[in-house]
Amino acid sequence: MMQQVATDTDAQPAVLAMDCKLNRIFYGNFLAVRDSHVPIEKNKITGFIGPSGCGKSTVLRSLNRMNDLIEGFRFEGHVQFIGQDIYGKGVDPVVVRRYIGMVFQQPNPFSMSIYDNVAFGLRINRYKGDIGDRVKHALQSAALWDEVKDKLKASGLSLSGGQQQRLCIARAIATQPQVLLMDEPCSALDPIATRRVEELMTELKKDYTIALVTHNMQQAMRVADTTAFFSVDISGGSRTGYLVELGPTSQIFGNPREKLTKDYISGQFS
Amino acid sequence: MNETSLPESTPSLQRKLEGRALRSMLLSILVWISAILTSIPLFSVLYMLSTRGGARLNWEAFTELPPAGFEMGGGFGNALVGTLFMVGIASLIAIPLGILAAIFLAELGPNSKLATIARFSAKVLAGVPSILAGVFAYATVVVTTGTYSAIAGGVALAVLMLPIVVLTAEESMKMVPKIMKDAAYGMGCTHTQVIWKIVLPTGMPAILTGVMLAIARASGETAPLLFTALFSNYWLIQDGRLDAMNPTASLAVLIYNFSGMPFDNQIELAWAASLVLVIIVLIINAISRIFGKPKF
Ligand SMILES: Nc1ncnc2c1ncn2[C@@H]1O[C@H](COP(=O)(O)OP(=O)(O)OP(=O)(O)O)[C@@H](O)[C@H]1O
Ligand SMILES: [Mg+2]
Repeated sequence: MMQQVATDTDAQPAVLAMDCKLNRIFYGNFLAVRDSHVPIEKNKITGFIGPSGCGKSTVLRSLNRMNDLIEGFRFEGHVQFIGQDIYGKGVDPVVVRRYIGMVFQQPNPFSMSIYDNVAFGLRINRYKGDIGDRVKHALQSAALWDEVKDKLKASGLSLSGGQQQRLCIARAIATQPQVLLMDEPCSALDPIATRRVEELMTELKKDYTIALVTHNMQQAMRVADTTAFFSVDISGGSRTGYLVELGPTSQIFGNPREKLTKDYISGQFS
Repeated sequence: MNETSLPESTPSLQRKLEGRALRSMLLSILVWISAILTSIPLFSVLYMLSTRGGARLNWEAFTELPPAGFEMGGGFGNALVGTLFMVGIASLIAIPLGILAAIFLAELGPNSKLATIARFSAKVLAGVPSILAGVFAYATVVVTTGTYSAIAGGVALAVLMLPIVVLTAEESMKMVPKIMKDAAYGMGCTHTQVIWKIVLPTGMPAILTGVMLAIARASGETAPLLFTALFSNYWLIQDGRLDAMNPTASLAVLIYNFSGMPFDNQIELAWAASLVLVIIVLIINAISRIFGKPKF
């Protein structure tokens, strides 16, 4: 299938934080994702939607080389980021992950104090400045400061699920990465906590670029500037994910070009 | 129609429910009895030890040397010091070695051939009769140094502790949630950093529980010390000099020796020493419970 990359019809060309050409992604012999070109605009939220198993997480985790930890993972393609290919020769995946942060589906604070959780990345990076300042700033940006400022020594695990997830966001942004990858960050949260995290994402895009996987189409509509719709190709007996359509969120939900997209967003296909 | 009606109560359903209630009650009684039976040995031992050994548990017992023959009084001070010293040596060997080996088993090469062999050896070693640990230390340390010693005793106890530390530490590290490690990798940690900053600290309470169990086990062992440290009627530290290369007393061997003697004085001391040993083990277990609260 032809892939379609939406070009902003109005005004100036978009500034890209990342340009991801995912030709083929394998787990062992299994081709999980093919032929997807996903540009990620700077200071925007790019939402990834699509049926379960279509490879949204696989794509997201390929963008900071988290998948390198999985045995059998193989990537063909290029991911351009600050002027170089993160899959290029001599690029250390560990360093890539320091620039491109990640927030996971399940809140996963470390079993250490709230303060140490947020300071963790700074210490790993041997940050020379005032760690306390950065921790406070990150917690403020993650809209958590007021709730935890009196108990920074308490364990990160003592917080509620929604607070834990905001703690994980604070931890991820404390080192000020350029891009934040978020894999269904609200799926373990109740509606109120979900709203808070969504508001937070909209706040954060002033300073960060966000790629967001979500199962919740309302969420994509609420927060994503650009939406990428993935689907599964089951021809040939295998299940290979690919990008069907990518464009401004309003266009994807209001006027999709592809029939598959239309069927999916109108709920005829899960 | 009534939407939430329960199924009609029939005699057969009634019988079924009654039968279930009866079975459940019988099972409860059974587990209660089992729990009580399990705690009887410990409490009866504690009771017996405190009635028979409690009287001799005075200052003298901790500060004096063991009495010889018909002597009255005396204590087991040197045996207490010997036990602590040898358990200390064993801990210095077995804890770091065991934790490092566990890091290999849990993190570095969990599926490697070496790991399979090491894990298997640890399991076998954990089940081997403790006297064989003594045989090993006799052959390696006593024979080569030509003397019974605290060092040989420490090595024998280390052999006993090692498999417990390795196996419990491996288990503890494997229990650290994968999503927690993923978070660390996602922040740009190397594998080494994930091990030292996340896996070890997070697993530490459980690791310490295993360490405490190993220490408790080593503190009470007699057989491995019988022909490695032997026994001594003198202090381990004399005139400020540590004498680790000569026969050394221990509580366990003192109990073993004195309980068979035809003198009331020695037999009383054996009871008191047993009480001290059990108290040590209880304290260590209590500490391990404090540490042992899982952190996740
Ligand atoms: N570690 C792995 N090893 C092997 N196959 C994998 C692995 N992770 C994912 N896959 C396979 O790759 C395909 C895409 O999985 P992925 O998790 O990316 O889908 P997803 O779109 O995120 O699904 P969901 O919406 O359910 O999270 C699936 O067929 C899955 O079985
Ligand atoms: Mg997923």
